Amino acid sequence: MSLRTPLGKALGLGSAKDGTGHWWSQRVTAVALAILGLWFAIALASLDGFDFQTVRLWLGAPLNSILLIILVATLFYHSSLGVQVVIEDYVHEDGGKVIALVLAKFIHLFAAVVGIFAVLRISFGA
Amino acid sequence: MATDNRPLSPHLQVYSPQITSVLSILHRITGVVMSLGALLLAYWLLALASGPVAYAGALEVLGSVPVMLILFAVSYCFFYHLCNGLRHLAWDAGWGFELPQVYASGWAVVIASLVLTLVFWVALLAGGSS
Repeated sequence: MSLRTPLGKALGLGSAKDGTGHWWSQRVTAVALAILGLWFAIALASLDGFDFQTVRLWLGAPLNSILLIILVATLFYHSSLGVQVVIEDYVHEDGGKVIALVLAKFIHLFAAVVGIFAVLRISFGA
Repeated sequence: MATDNRPLSPHLQVYSPQITSVLSILHRITGVVMSLGALLLAYWLLALASGPVAYAGALEVLGSVPVMLILFAVSYCFFYHLCNGLRHLAWDAGWGFELPQVYASGWAVVIASLVLTLVFWVALLAGGSS
């Protein structure tokens, strides 16, 4: 005899209600970042120096802007997922944990918007 | 009954390091280092968007010796996390779980990450002046 309710069994979510979502997001962004990260590393390594004009010219090209925006968004999302787990594992005090988790989310979102805004601004020629 | 003298599970301090456990915790450490390093990427992009003067200032910061060392460390973290991440994805797909395979893929990650980092910096520094 199972003590689980029929509804609980049908939904199949377990007591935490999620977790597979976090796990899958981390994997899918990992695959994306393996590709985007390698692209970015190769792009940086083959860049003809890092002076203002050279980098602006490279970054301003539409495909580079697009890929860089996806890279920044995916990078900070993946980072946010990872840092969340690290905080959950090592910060045991309840109040401190909540503060650290919220702070980490805020910083990640802020940094992602900074990066995307910067690329858009360059790409649209400001 | 005395409860303070019971045998305990092995503590990290007395647990002899193995390639499996060392690479595992390194994956987490390199991830955290890159989370911090990613802020430098956002800083670099923002400076680039803010104009030549701001960018020159940022280049001075990023090109200074301590920050260059940090960037080198972050680049190693990137290649390590990339290689070991692919190893983890293979495990997630159910591949490579036999112990000899785990050791072999572990050493492959160590060597590949070192080689990729060196190749990256040689190419980066050959690509033009900083």
